Formats: sequence, structure tokens, C-alpha cells
Amino acid sequence: MIDERFDAIVVGAGPSGNAAAYTLATKGLKVLQIERGEYSGSKNVQGAILYADALEKIIPDFRDDAPLERHVTEQRIWMMDDSSHTGMHYRSDDFNEEKPNRYTILRAQFDKWFSARVKQAGAIVLCETTVTELVKDIHGRVIGVRTDRSGDTIKADVVILAEGVNGLVGQRSDLRPEVAPDSVALAVKEMHFLPRETVEARFNLTGNEGVVIEAMGTITKGMTGTAFLYTNEESISVGIGCIVSDFVDSDITPYALLEAFKNHPSIKPLLAGSECKEYAAHLIPEGGYKAIPQLVGDGWIIVGDAGQFVNAVHREGSNLAMTTGRIAAETVVWLHRLRNPMTKENLSEYTRRLSETFVMKDLKKYRGIPALLHGNKGNFFGLYPKLISQAMQTWFRVDGIDKVSKEKEIFRSFRSARTLLGMMGDAFKLVRAWR
Amino acid sequence: MHIVVCIKQVPDSAQIRVHPVYNTIMRQGVPTIINPYDLFALEEALRLRDRLGGEVTVLTMGPPTAAESLRKTLTFGADRAVLLTDRYFAGSDTLATSFALASALGKIAADFGKPDIIFTGKQTIDGDTAQVGPGIAKRLAYNQLTYVSRIVETDLDAGEIIVERRAEGGIQLLKTKFPVLITMLEATNEMRRGSIENALLAARAEVVTWNATDIGIEDLTKCGLRGSPTIVKKVFAPTARSEKAQIIQAEGGPTGLAEALICEIFQRAPGVESDLYEFAASN
Amino acid sequence: MAEDTKPAPPAASGRANTKKELPEHFKAYKHVWVAVEIEHGQVHSVSFELLGEGRKLADKRGVDLAAVVMGDNRASLEEAARQAFEYGADLVYLVCDPTLAHYRNEVATRALTDIVNTYKPEILLLGATNLGRDLAGSVATTLQTGLTADCTELEIDEEGSLAATRPTFGGSLLCTIFTLNFRPQMATVRPRVLAMPEPTPGHSGTIVEHKLGLAEEDIVTKVLQFIADRDSDKAQLPYADIVVAGGLGLRSAENFQLVKELADVLGAEYGGSRPLVQKGWIPADRQIGQTGKTIRPRLYIAAGISGAIQHRVGVEGADLIVAINTDPQAQIFEFAHLGIVADAITLLPALTEAFAKRLRVNRLAG
Ligand SMILES: Cc1cc2nc3c(=O)[nH]c(=O)nc-3n(C[C@H](O)[C@H](O)[C@H](O)COP(=O)(O)OP(=O)(O)OC[C@H]3O[C@@H](n4cnc5c(N)ncnc54)[C@H](O)[C@@H]3O)c2cc1C
Ligand SMILES: Cc1cc2nc3c(=O)[nH]c(=O)nc-3n(C[C@H](O)[C@H](O)[C@H](O)COP(=O)(O)OP(=O)(O)OC[C@H]3O[C@@H](n4cnc5c(N)ncnc54)[C@H](O)[C@@H]3O)c2cc1C
Ligand SMILES: Nc1ncnc2c1ncn2[C@@H]1O[C@H](COP(=O)(O)O)[C@@H](O)[C@H]1O
Repeated sequence: MIDERFDAIVVGAGPSGNAAAYTLATKGLKVLQIERGEYSGSKNVQGAILYADALEKIIPDFRDDAPLERHVTEQRIWMMDDSSHTGMHYRSDDFNEEKPNRYTILRAQFDKWFSARVKQAGAIVLCETTVTELVKDIHGRVIGVRTDRSGDTIKADVVILAEGVNGLVGQRSDLRPEVAPDSVALAVKEMHFLPRETVEARFNLTGNEGVVIEAMGTITKGMTGTAFLYTNEESISVGIGCIVSDFVDSDITPYALLEAFKNHPSIKPLLAGSECKEYAAHLIPEGGYKAIPQLVGDGWIIVGDAGQFVNAVHREGSNLAMTTGRIAAETVVWLHRLRNPMTKENLSEYTRRLSETFVMKDLKKYRGIPALLHGNKGNFFGLYPKLISQAMQTWFRVDGIDKVSKEKEIFRSFRSARTLLGMMGDAFKLVRAWR
Repeated sequence: MHIVVCIKQVPDSAQIRVHPVYNTIMRQGVPTIINPYDLFALEEALRLRDRLGGEVTVLTMGPPTAAESLRKTLTFGADRAVLLTDRYFAGSDTLATSFALASALGKIAADFGKPDIIFTGKQTIDGDTAQVGPGIAKRLAYNQLTYVSRIVETDLDAGEIIVERRAEGGIQLLKTKFPVLITMLEATNEMRRGSIENALLAARAEVVTWNATDIGIEDLTKCGLRGSPTIVKKVFAPTARSEKAQIIQAEGGPTGLAEALICEIFQRAPGVESDLYEFAASN
Repeated sequence: MAEDTKPAPPAASGRANTKKELPEHFKAYKHVWVAVEIEHGQVHSVSFELLGEGRKLADKRGVDLAAVVMGDNRASLEEAARQAFEYGADLVYLVCDPTLAHYRNEVATRALTDIVNTYKPEILLLGATNLGRDLAGSVATTLQTGLTADCTELEIDEEGSLAATRPTFGGSLLCTIFTLNFRPQMATVRPRVLAMPEPTPGHSGTIVEHKLGLAEEDIVTKVLQFIADRDSDKAQLPYADIVVAGGLGLRSAENFQLVKELADVLGAEYGGSRPLVQKGWIPADRQIGQTGKTIRPRLYIAAGISGAIQHRVGVEGADLIVAINTDPQAQIFEFAHLGIVADAITLLPALTEAFAKRLRVNRLAG
């Protein structure tokens, strides 16, 4: 019999769960955090870019000891067809600021560090333990959890579900629906090891500067998705992801897609001579605003990926996870201090606070994008990249043909491939969805 | 009965990388685990305790972070965890390790009762020597049973234990007296999963932490690098064979390939060919 | 073996024992010894392998090679001594005592430390068998000297010290270890890691008999019974001439039958990579590699094995390595002699059939 009662139980030790547990524990609440992995981070996959701002609001001095790889000083965005890429690069020395804005990280190490901070703050962290179900009282209020270990229910005033994209616990307890295959992406990722000097030489980096490449185009074989390549200290993370329902409809495996991406003539030389040592696959919720489930109920709150808090357009996830984790925890602390019960009504303060932050505002802004891209995937992930590449090639190749003819040729190819009306329609839709 | 289990926290060697250029170990992100062989020892100890009563103390020598591995053994149900940590122990080889552990076992005997059985794993996956167990046994003058595959009988009153030991070419059935040091063979049992109560207890338990002075070591020259007769002078990556495999290609699908391969084998190893014919004839 | 092997060689400065300052009382230690392993009257072949290597080390040092034979049966001890001479020993220390009837740590440790202390060797080699490892650890601790386990290479360096090389960090790296300031320098080597030397029939030497003087009553541990492994179901991998092995590339336990079938036709032993043992497709004693068996066959056929370093170190002694793998980049092609890039699941039956046909044809013809 476990007589002990916790103020809060946090399910999951990813960025959202760690942010929540840390915030609760530093405010003196009695917190139990349960993670199914061997340690925090052992099961987690991310690119990974860390956005400093969200973490700074939780641990202001994180830069002192967090395991950060490189701070990002250059962003590349590539539109790719099978043999080329058309790119935009933005590099600025301004990013070499005292407190850089974005970092590349290795999640396994970063999460471990965060988890150590959570423990220091006084939370009890149980790893290798999976929460199997939420325990409810006769009124349907959540009063605790049961795990896959033998033994009793562990009780708490509130359970914070930070269990990530699958959200099985919430689903099993009918708190939220199953994630739909067309609102999650499956991403695969590899880590390629290279000596520090090689990474730096290949990407023109000094010290801890880093480069981020985001890419889209025919590399996803007509499926809705993107690819990325990030520089770490002594390695390169490379990955690609597409909407799950697209994978289901095609017979392409995620692994084959990644292989092809790695062998793309624009990518291959960047990875040459490296040793691949890690392969991982993970889901990313990409349904956006419209896919956000019910976030609070009697005795429970959902944070992070479990709540679909990912901004797919800007590849932001962990910052939304940390922010939602923090705000949920702050709400709980506030109610706890007022000695108010953790009812659905009281907890909905969390949703209210969220709506005032970038989290909800951004997701709302982009609410149309997922459907748009998915509905026009043939154009966005096949046709347009090819056309752009052709145009570039025609434009840059010097072959005795006059420039006026070249311009005409470019327009002709665009028009014959897709009606002007169709193209304008796409552009219009994109602008509208963006706004 | 008091049982001590010696465990070691080791880097998960499956995940160790060698730097492609410098041939040094890339430790980045390499997780540490409890030496897998030690889990068989721990489970056997827990089973004995569950059957006969008493306590299981887990002992490790290592860096402060090894406390995590110890905590995990408490989750499995061990009663007490002792961490031996001191910078003087750094660089210990097996002789220096067994010296430190034997000294700690002396204090364990004084503080918590003399161990009737000390368990170690068969070997570690990083050191891989299988020497530390025998080393401890000799230093403490315990009877030594290595490569034990089964504990057949324990008679506490008579102070006797009967075990099966994996020997070359067969199994020895051995009887000896307490106190005894046992190194447990792998795949002899399966580690239990601790209950949620154990897990909660473990998360909060204090790990007893001792340094060299605590365990009464006066002569520090017997510890760590200074106390280690073996010296690692060179670490290097295995050299690649200069010549890669000759890839056999042939027409005619698998059968064609098989034929071509056999020809090549017989050409390179005529001895194998004649032996095969002899074998076929004798069948 | 240092517990915490550093990636870089430890700096020589400031560490007393990295310099060679052999204490005066160790200077009398001379000669290379091999502790011969005898079980049930038979000498373990690892002892011959060690004698072959020991001979080379002794010649380099310009000293004698001695064998230690211990047991309770004079006739088989004398036979072992005769064989030891043929494999290069100049000298045999023979201990014959009823308490040595079966291997027991207590007695064997006492016997071996006794003669080491009496006759003082500078190098002492043992097989890294269960017996050898059990004994070496106890003896080294009793003598307070260094011991390097599971060596893959033994050398004498310019200064005349034993340089023992062994895998470390799960086989990803090798390290060379010295015992500079203590004697004897001890090392164990696994069976089949060293080549089997050719014996010199008729070569002979001196036998020195050593009395043990132990009484059975004084020995605590008793051997109640010995249950020999029945030859039939026991893998003889280390000594097989041909070994066929499979790896995860075979994808299922059923497909692994294809390996067994080929082995059957060739009269070969079969084995596999470690994941197969973990999955329960094959018993543990059929695992080949660093934590399994080291093999030295004349022909090794590896199907669906990637050739990880831990596997590689166990098979590199094979005369001819044939690899079948679908991935032309597989590591195994780095050290195999012959390679086929093909699906093992279709190639293995074809190979079995082709071999069977050859053998049939030959039998009819011959
Ligand atoms: C390939 C890839 C690249 C990405 N790149 C970026 C990027 O560059 N920048 C960025 O900001 N975001 C990125 N994201 C998104 C980001 O990783 C996620 O948004 C973020 O990890 C969400 O955090 P979380 O805590 O909600 O969930 P998670 O990190 O998924 O953590 C959930 C945790 O809960 C545990 N858990 C689950 N169920 C249970 C249970 N029943 N009991 C106990 N524990 C349980 C899991 O083991 C896990 O540790 C990327 C994602 C992927 C897949
Ligand atoms: C401490 C430690 C000790 C270890 N000791 C050992 C040891 O003693 N022995 C050992 O073997 N391993 C050992 N390992 C494990 C080792 O690191 C490797 O993981 C293991 O050898 C890989 O086994 P594999 O080649 O069967 O599988 P994989 O590495 O998965 O390789 C499978 C191979 O099959 C190929 N393939 C796939 N399909 C087919 C097909 N249809 N036809 C042909 N080829 C195909 C693939 O291309 C691939 O190369 C140890 C690891 C550690 C950490
Ligand atoms: N540092 C250590 N602390 C505690 N036990 C150890 C340590 N090193 C080795 N052991 C024990 O000794 C056994 C054999 O180790 P080794 O000789 O390194 O192969 C291991 O399985 C452990 O049980």
C-alpha cells in the first residue's frame, strides 16, 4: 500500500515533462515524474534545434552547464529536385551574440541534463516505468496512475500528461482521440560522425558556430514532408519525414527515403567519410491548431507533443513543449497555493494563459497550412521544385542562347506544366494560409 | 544471511565509437549500464535472500555517477548500496581494484555484518578480465567458486553450499563452506522487475558513500594507478587488412554463383577440397 | 588490465610504475613458463599453442622454456611432459599429488604459487579457459603481480619486457599492456588465438619434480561429481576445420536451418553471431566472436553477418573467409577473402546443393 500522495505526477520526461516537473519542484510541490525509458532522453528523437528563449524562461542560466553542441549562425533553405538544389542562405555574425538564440543539441544528452536538474530541484524521477493507466474515482476524476510495475496505485492531485505524440495513456483513458495518420509525420534520422575539424571545414564554421539546412522538394517523392541536416560538434544529424498517411499510400519506406536523400548529389559530399552510428524513427504531430485535443479535465492536463503542440512550418516543437509544460505547472502551482481543487474548470486557466502566448498564436496563424500542403502535395513536392530547378539551370547555363529566349523558355515550362490559374491559386492559398 | 554483490558500472560498449581519424574513443553520448554479467549475480543473490532471509548489500567502486547504477539495484530489491569512490582509485587495474574492494568489504563486515557469500559477475564487458572476483576471494581468504551455473543447495546450519560449476568439458558438482565468493555464469536466471514500492524507495534511498580513508586504507600506493602492476602503454584500433574481399560474380543465378564460389574455394584451399572428398567417402 | 583504459596512452611523466625499475629481488626471475592444463588425463590444446608461442618468447629472451604439469596420475603427467618437450619445452616442473585429482582452485593456486616462488619465472602463461582464468586470477593476486587476460598477441619489446596485446572496450580497440616492475609477468590467451605449432618428435628435456605436501583433510572444497558434456550435443567450434555461420541477415530461426544444412553436407560445425544467441536461435556455445568462441578453421563461411569488430576478432585466424551479404558495403568484406553480394536465403541452398553434387560425383568417380 502506498499511503503517500503527491501534489502532481508528470507522465514522461521529454522537454514538456521536464519543464513541468522542474517548475513544480522549484516551487516546492511534491512531484513524481515517471518515464518509461531507461533515462530521460533514452527514447527521444529530435533533429535537434533548441530554441533558447523557451528554456531561458525556465532555467535562466542553462548555458552554464547544459550540453549544447553548436549555436546556429547560418540557416539554409533548399528547394531540391533529383539532381540540384536552389537555395537561400542566411548567415549573420549577429548570431554570434553573447546569448545565442538557437543551438543544435543531442537529445539524449540534453534530456539527461534537464532531468538531473529536475532531480536537483527535488522531484522524484522514476525511470524504466511505464504509466499504463490513469486511475479515476467514481466521479470520473483522475486521482492517480498505475504503472507496469507490480504494486499499488500512486495518487496525486493532478496528473500532467507529457507523454509525447502517441499519447497512449490519455487515449486509453478516453481523454483524447487517437492521432490521425494524416496529422502526424514519421521522421527518420541518422547521426553521422565526423571529426570536429572536418565539420568546421565543410561548413565554413569557426568555434561553436553551426549550420542548419532545411530542405523540401522531390526528395520526398511527392509525399508531404521535409528533410534536414544539422551540424553538431563532432557529428551531423540528417533526417527526413513525411506524413504517415502518405507513407501508407506509397510503397516507399522511410529508410529508403533517407538513403536517397543522403545520396543526393547536394548532400552526399557533406556526409562523405562519416560513420553512421545511430538510426532512429519518431513521429511528429503535424495536425496543427485544428488537431489540438481537449487539454484539461478533472485532475489532468496535457502538455507538449501529446497536445499536438508543434509548429511544422517553422520546425518548432521542443520550445512549444517546454512552454506548455511550464505554463501548465505554473497553473497548478497557482491553484495549489490558493488551495483550489484541480477541477476541469480551474485548470482551464492553463488554456487561457496559453492563448496569450506565441504557442497558440502561431498555431492559429498557420492553421490552414497542413491541409494545404497535403492537398497539393503533387505540386509542392514534385512539380514546383522541378520547375524551379529547370528555370535556374536555363538561367545560369551560358550556351549562346539569348536571355529573352531563356526567359520565354522558363515561362513556357511553368505554364505548360501547370495552368497559370492553378499556379496563382496555389500561391494565393499559400499566402492566405500563412497570414 | 548477509550477501554482498559486486557490480560495476560500464560504458555500453555496443555504443562505443572509435574516432575515424585519431583512433581514440569517442565517449560522446555513450550511456553507462550495469555490467550485464553482474545482473545474473544480483538476481541469484536476491533469490537466495528471498528463500533464506537476510540482506543483500550491493557494492561498487567507481566514479560518483556510479550511484545511479547502485540505485537501480535498489529498484530490483537490494537492501543497501555502497559506493566506493575516491580519486585515488582512478586507473586501478584488477589487482588494485580487488585491493580496494576487499578493504571496503572489511568495513561492510564491521558495519553491517560479515558477508557469508560475495557474488561477482563472470566478467565485465569493459575490463573483460574475470580476475576481480578471484582477486577478492584470495585477499579475504574466501573459498572461491567461479563460473557457477546453479546453486544446488545451501545449508546455513552446517555452513555449506553445493553448486554446479562450468568447467572445461563438463560440469563440476562442488561442495564448499561459507564464507564463499561466487562468480555467476551468464544466462543462469533472469533479472526481476522491481515493484513500484521498491522503485519509490530506491528513488529516495541514500547510497552509502565511502572514500579510501573511510575504509581504512592507509597505504595509498596500493590504490589506483600507483597500485597497479599492469601498465597500458598503447591503445590503438585494429589495422584494416590491406586487401579487401574478392567479390565473386557469375551468370546463372544462385546456382551459377555457388559453382563459381566452390571453384574459387577449392583453388585457394586445395586441402579443404581433398578433406571434403575424404569426408564424403567415409560417409 | 587497467579498469579505466584511457583513450590515449597515459603520459609517462609523474607515474612511478611506467618506468622500468625492476626491484633487486625480482632480478633473479628468469625463463618463460607455460602452466599446462590437463583435464582427465588429456592436455588441453591451448597449452601446446602457448608452448609454441612461449618458445618464440624464450628464444627472443635467450632463456629456457618450461612447462608446469600438475595432477594425480604419474603416467599421464609423464605423457604430458613428453608432449611438452616435443612442443618445445626445455624443462618440465612436475607436481604429482592425490589432491590434484580434479581441478580445484585452492590446491592448484597453492601448487603453482609454490613453484613460482621456488623457481622464479619471468613470464608465466596460461590458457584463458575457465580453468586458466580461475587459476590465473588467484595466482596473480597471491603473488601480487600483474596479469593481462585474453591476449591476442605476445611480444618481447626492445627492453626485454613482455608486451601483451588484448582487445578492450568490447573489441573496438586493442591495447598493449606491460608489467614492468613485478614478476612474473602473467598473461592468459584464449584457445585458438595462437597457431598450433608443429611438434618435434623425440625432442626431450629435464623433468624437475616438486612436492606439494597437502593433505586432503586440509582442503575445504570437495568435488562431488563431474558430469562430462556428452560429445554429441557439444559444439566443437574452436577445433573445427570448416565452420558455417549465420547472422541476423537470415532473418528467422527457420532460415537458420539453411546454415545447418550446408554445415551437414560439409561435415562442418555451425555457429552464429551474438544476436542469434540473444534471440535464442542458437545455443550460447555456438556464438562466434570476442565474447563467444574464437575459431581457426581452414574455411569459414559467414552468411548474413555484418562483420562487427567483436565478431571479426573471433574469426580472423581462419585461413579462408567467405562472406555472403546483400550489402556490398558490409564490413565483413573488409576482412573476408572471398565475397558474394547476394541473398543468403537463396544462395545457401544453392551452395548446399552444389557442394553435395560435387561430393556425390567425386565419390562415384573415385
Ligand atoms: C526527427 C525530429 C526532428 C525534430 N526537430 C526538432 C527541432 O529541431 N526543434 C524542435 O524544437 N523540435 C523538433 N522536433 C519536435 C520535438 O522533438 C518534440 O516536439 C518534443 O520532443 C516534444 O516534447 P515532449 O516532452 O512533449 O515529448 P517527447 O519528447 O516525445 O517525450 C515524451 C516522453 O514520455 C515518455 N512516455 C511516453 N509514454 C509514457 C508512459 N506511458 N509512461 C511513462 N513515460 C512515457 C517517453 O518515453 C518520452 O520520454 C523534432 C521531432 C522529430 C521527431
Ligand atoms: C561487449 C560486446 C561483445 C560482443 N561479442 C560478440 C561476439 O562474440 N560475437 C558476435 O558475433 N557479436 C558480438 N557482439 C555484437 C556485435 O557488435 C554485432 O552486433 C553482431 O556481431 C552483429 O550480428 P550480425 O552480423 O548477425 O547482425 P547485423 O549487424 O544486423 O548484420 C546483418 C547483416 O546481414 C546482411 N543481410 C541482410 N539480409 C541478408 C540476406 N538476405 N542475405 C545476406 N545478407 C543479408 C546485412 O547486410 C548485414 O550486413 C558483441 C557486442 C558487444 C557490445
Ligand atoms: N570497480 C568494480 N566495483 C565493483 N565490482 C567490480 C568492479 N570491477 C569488477 N568488479 C566485479 O568483478 C567482476 C569481474 O570483473 P573483471 O575482472 O573486470 O572482468 C565483475 O563482474 C564485477 O562483479
